[in-house]
Amino acid sequence: MRIIDTIEIQMAIEDMCLEASCDIPKEIIRCYSDAIGTERNPLGRDVLGQLVKNAEIAHQRRIPSCQDTGMAVVFLEIGAEIFFRGKAMEEAVNDGIRSGYEKGFLRKSIVKHPLDRINTGDNTPAVIHYDFTKGNKLRIVLMPKGFGSENMSALAMLEPADGIDGVVRFIVDAVEKAGPNPCPPVFVGVGLGGTADKAMLMAKKALLRQPGTRSTIEIDALLEERLLNEINMTGIGPAGLGGSTTAFDVFVESYPTHIAGLPVAVNICCHALRYKERIL
Amino acid sequence: MNEKKIDFPCERQVIVSLRAGEKVLITGFLFIARDAAHKRMTDDYYKEGKFPFDIKGQGIYYAGPAPARPGAVIGPAGPTTSKRMDKYTPFLLEKGLLLMIGKGNRSIKVRESIVACGCAYLAAAGGAAALISETIKSQEIVAYEDLGPEAIRKIYVEEFPAIVIIDSDGNNLYEIGREKYKTTGDGE
Repeated sequence: MRIIDTIEIQMAIEDMCLEASCDIPKEIIRCYSDAIGTERNPLGRDVLGQLVKNAEIAHQRRIPSCQDTGMAVVFLEIGAEIFFRGKAMEEAVNDGIRSGYEKGFLRKSIVKHPLDRINTGDNTPAVIHYDFTKGNKLRIVLMPKGFGSENMSALAMLEPADGIDGVVRFIVDAVEKAGPNPCPPVFVGVGLGGTADKAMLMAKKALLRQPGTRSTIEIDALLEERLLNEINMTGIGPAGLGGSTTAFDVFVESYPTHIAGLPVAVNICCHALRYKERIL
Repeated sequence: MNEKKIDFPCERQVIVSLRAGEKVLITGFLFIARDAAHKRMTDDYYKEGKFPFDIKGQGIYYAGPAPARPGAVIGPAGPTTSKRMDKYTPFLLEKGLLLMIGKGNRSIKVRESIVACGCAYLAAAGGAAALISETIKSQEIVAYEDLGPEAIRKIYVEEFPAIVIIDSDGNNLYEIGREKYKTTGDGE
């Protein structure tokens, strides 16, 4: 048994808000610079160059790389041997977000109700997902999700007969419809199977994989390669100005599903795939 | 490819002569306004017969900056997705708005209005907010301060980088570019 005071979680989240917004991970910046060498459209190469420069400025000046510092999505992976004390988990997370966004000069982008649209003024509440694992560690992942890309999410309840071709068509279609809007080159998260809600959650979690890593499930890994290839044939290119780099990577997560169903969810992230992880 | 330098506001003819795919560097004054400001501006016009600022011959940059750090002119301020403004745009163009800067697709109706009114729609690099904010040299809130990041701001920019997406003939770089690089990915 291990005891964690939830104030520790609050403090970790407060720090992670600024780090996630200002520091685009090295592996992601490498995607930009690698693509400058392969992108066919000179305008696209310009855009990629701007992204490298933008990441440097954000890192050096401790300012967010994008003004949309997102809605905070928090994944908590909780070891079964942990006992929490202190304030309620949800309160600790939201208190961390509140002070992190305030101290970090991050944009407050959350409205209290989708229809009356009054800004909460502190970027809370976060969207929190809880998972339970073995052991006594707590893994916190904070993903500030911008809505230029989130708005391009798509879900289809395909039929089993639609098969892999139907799945590919739906996903490539979603990226084509999104076009320049989600700030390409994008990262595409795909959730395959489960139920509607499970598929969408998998699509988002899929975005937490490292660029270049393939699924350990062979059929999913093949699907990832095929999707990346077909998406990069659409011609959308960096910033949608045309080009050969539309997606940097595609990640597929799958789950068993019902005999009658083939749910497919797409969650797109812009070129700035930003999240912070911390283990307590 | 060379950039065309524009001092803004400028004669309508300068904007009309821009071509899709052309790179521009803008120096001068622009207004920042996004979703909530567009809604309120339009509502105000219907109620009071005027906008909170004279939009004739002006340019709107669709953005919602992050807060400025102490000593900074403005926080990161990249473009936001323009299509959410589509509902309000044809009316604003009719009333004299000359230039729009944002990112992403516009509706057919907006494109038709651009052609009919002789305007242009430009894009700035989405997500390059830290870089873009360095070209913003001054800012002041001119209306709707209560909207926070969505307040209307007047900004002065120096060599603000943008690219012409929809020109006054209705050519659309997003379509032209995609068509050129489609299928094999090497249409150059």
